[in-house]
Amino acid sequence: MNDMTTTTENTVENTTETPAVLDASGVTMRFGGLTAVRSVDLKVHAGEIVGLIGPNGAGKTTFFNCLTGLYVPTEGKVSYKGTVLPPKPHLVTQAGIARTFQNIRLFANMTVLENVLVGRHTRTKEGLWSALLRGPGFKKAEAASHKRAMELLEFIGLEHKADHLARNLPYGEQRKLEIARALASDPGLLLLDEPTAGMNPQETRVTEELIFAIRDQGIAVLVIEHDMRFIFNLCDRVACLVQGEKLVEGTPSVVQGDERVVAAYLGTPFEGAPGAEEAAEVEAAEEAQGTTSKTSTTSTTSPEGETP
Amino acid sequence: MTTDTTQTAETAPANRNSRANMFRWLTLAGGLATTASTFLAWTYTDEFPGDLTVYGYPGGLQVLTLVAGLLTTLYALAALDIKGLRWLAPTGTTKALRLLALGALGTTWFTVIAIAVELGGMVNLEPGGFVAAVASAIPVAAAFQLPDDTRKAKRPKELPSWAEILIIVAAFAIGLFVVTYGIDTEYAELFTGYMITAGFAIAALFKAGLMARLSALTTKYRSIAVAAAFVAAAAFPFTQNTDQFTLIAVNILIFATVALGLNIVVGLAGLLDLGYVAFLGVGAYTAALVSGTTASAFDVQFPFWASVLTGGVVSLIFGVVIGAPTLRLRGDYLAIVTLGFGEIFRITVGNLDGVSGPQVTNGPNGVPNVPDLVFFGYDFGESHTIAGIELGSYANYYLLMLLAMILVVLVFSRAGSSRIGRAWVAIREDETAATAMGINGFRVKLIAFALGATLAGLAGTVQAHVQSTVVPEMYVFAGPVPPNSAFLLAAVILGGMGTISGPLIGATLLYMIPAKLQFLQDYQLLGFGIALILLMRFRPEGLIANRRAQLEYHETDQLDVPDKGLTDSGVGITKAGA
Ligand SMILES: Nc1ncnc2c1ncn2[C@@H]1O[C@H](COP(=O)(O)OP(=O)(O)OP(=O)(O)O)[C@@H](O)[C@H]1O
Ligand SMILES: [Mg+2]
Repeated sequence: MNDMTTTTENTVENTTETPAVLDASGVTMRFGGLTAVRSVDLKVHAGEIVGLIGPNGAGKTTFFNCLTGLYVPTEGKVSYKGTVLPPKPHLVTQAGIARTFQNIRLFANMTVLENVLVGRHTRTKEGLWSALLRGPGFKKAEAASHKRAMELLEFIGLEHKADHLARNLPYGEQRKLEIARALASDPGLLLLDEPTAGMNPQETRVTEELIFAIRDQGIAVLVIEHDMRFIFNLCDRVACLVQGEKLVEGTPSVVQGDERVVAAYLGTPFEGAPGAEEAAEVEAAEEAQGTTSKTSTTSTTSPEGETP
Repeated sequence: MTTDTTQTAETAPANRNSRANMFRWLTLAGGLATTASTFLAWTYTDEFPGDLTVYGYPGGLQVLTLVAGLLTTLYALAALDIKGLRWLAPTGTTKALRLLALGALGTTWFTVIAIAVELGGMVNLEPGGFVAAVASAIPVAAAFQLPDDTRKAKRPKELPSWAEILIIVAAFAIGLFVVTYGIDTEYAELFTGYMITAGFAIAALFKAGLMARLSALTTKYRSIAVAAAFVAAAAFPFTQNTDQFTLIAVNILIFATVALGLNIVVGLAGLLDLGYVAFLGVGAYTAALVSGTTASAFDVQFPFWASVLTGGVVSLIFGVVIGAPTLRLRGDYLAIVTLGFGEIFRITVGNLDGVSGPQVTNGPNGVPNVPDLVFFGYDFGESHTIAGIELGSYANYYLLMLLAMILVVLVFSRAGSSRIGRAWVAIREDETAATAMGINGFRVKLIAFALGATLAGLAGTVQAHVQSTVVPEMYVFAGPVPPNSAFLLAAVILGGMGTISGPLIGATLLYMIPAKLQFLQDYQLLGFGIALILLMRFRPEGLIANRRAQLEYHETDQLDVPDKGLTDSGVGITKAGA
């Protein structure tokens, strides 16, 4: 009888509030004196596409690295479908979170197909012995992996380039291949770090549809992007990170209308700000000295690229 | 007006064609003249090795000039579009012709100069020598005037499959012959000439597209090609009258096998192991100590299978002990630790002599008198007569080592084209991305490292019986005699990382050159240093590019590349040679 009650209780709990696919609470990441991410909470639910925006150097990529175990967060914890994740990248992927990188990190000298096959690593078991002995089990698993990988390549439209080297693909296709490689691990949550960076508007639209299609497969998506039209089109919910802190979170329309977000991107005029005339003067003087001019008041520029 | 322009437009290419044809004829004439000149006497005395004094009968280095001259003639005929010779050059004759002409020139002039230098002056040359020198210069001068006719290979004509198989068999037979000739060269001059001729000729066959066609055939009939390679390699001892060159071949096999094992570690997983030879030493010492020799501290005599297992397992343990703490770290730590381990191993076995430490290995004197192997009454130390041909004792070891090498080839190709092999390459390419794809970097690297160690240990157990003495100085980081760690690494890099045939070819070259060119002794390391620098500058992927590097250069026909590309066609030829 007792057992019965607990089970029913559990099911009741599950139906009323399914654990979020991703639940990050109080994630803080410090590099020496620099706090790149400051106690950020974020939830992603099943079937959601969540956007993460913020100016350069806001800590978006660092936050991703904390989620995927590439960094061990200074504080806070990350759980996936109710279980707390250890900060080890391969265990995070095993649990069901896959990611892409801001500056594409494909296996450049492997073929397109091999890249996707590497993505299957956690979902296959064959070790050295089975590879050496080549029993029927090995052949079956290998064939199944190939089949799944080809399906994914068809999904992103690269099946005709399966035997090309990843390095020889055009930029947009490399980004897509990274997504396919991530999908190969059958994730429940996909993290995309600037998936349309460097793409033309048409490629961006295709990527948008691709992400919708991924969501329709039941995979939750968390996406970093600077292209606002893309993000507000795509996402069910958007969070804005500024200087490591979560500033706003809400539906695209709420975030879009928020003054603080606009200010974070464009900068707010502060008191005693130099007038246009003075600014031009300073600029001219600096140019003469050969230094790069920086008259923007609040812009926080960070070095290009990420450093996981 | 219009007719005028068309006329000039037509006559110009026609002119150019006739000019090119003239040079082709000239090349042909030069090739024939070079060939003919080898039937003359080149020198008066028989002091120069090989006896080049006889009219009407080419000897020694003249034979090499003869071969180069004949090949030049043949390709000049193909360039003239003679019917029935087009198959010689699917992708164009000019570049092949230039290389062959250079080969003939190089061999001839090397011979003539060697005669003049060694015998003290030009007076030692017969007129025939001058004729040869001039004749061999003609095709070079002419071939470099030829227009480049590089073209894409057409689809080869369909041959019946028995004919294609026959071609494969013939190719391996030729390969066996060429390699055997190289191993059997009696004196340094002949080996140098051989290297010049063979180097240019092989490069020419590659440029002509003939090698590509052959490799297409070997991939089509994979199992037959593998069998042919095996038979060709196994046939080597049957071509030998004495044990002298079989010993060289055994040592090449040991070196090549260990290099191939290292290629798993370096080429696939990207782990820089600078002390790899120590694992060979661990295997060899283990086998020697349990072999029943009186010099051993242990009074045991294991049967061979048990000592192979023991050697492999002990090497495995060493591999794990070295690898486990260092592979967690990134980058160069492994290189430093393995370098240290290599030296520690050598110095430790040198000190376990009962004076500086416990008496286990006899210190610098090593473990002598390792007995010959005996399988079911078949004594490896004795000669046996098989099929009417007497095989010396090294032939037995040669065949045993060949089996060991086949085992390593099998391990390499099977592991390489599997989930674990892809994980190795992924780690090598980008460790961060690989771990983010769910690969446990440490585990996968440790497997590669331990597998490499085990394979080296296995080779070591055979080595102990071949050498019959095991001393610490056989396992140094760098020394004049391969295998040592630096040469192993050089063999992998020279041959081509991540390939099977690459390290086999690399090891063959790196063993043969110092063994044949004894006079190089002092300059050998300098020479290899320069050679490696040149290689890195002009062909960074090594002599044999792996499939991935090949894709980079032949983007268009990559769909023809089969999935199991890791074992490319060159493997057979090398196996035959090594
Ligand atoms: N490994 C690291 N060590 C020290 N500082 C770091 C490290 N990684 C990131 N940072 C710093 O953390 C801050 C946030 O960087 P992050 O890459 O997360 O920004 P971002 O929001 O992804 O910016 P962008 O839009 O340009 O990609 C930056 O100031 C950066 O210099
Ligand atoms: Mg970023």
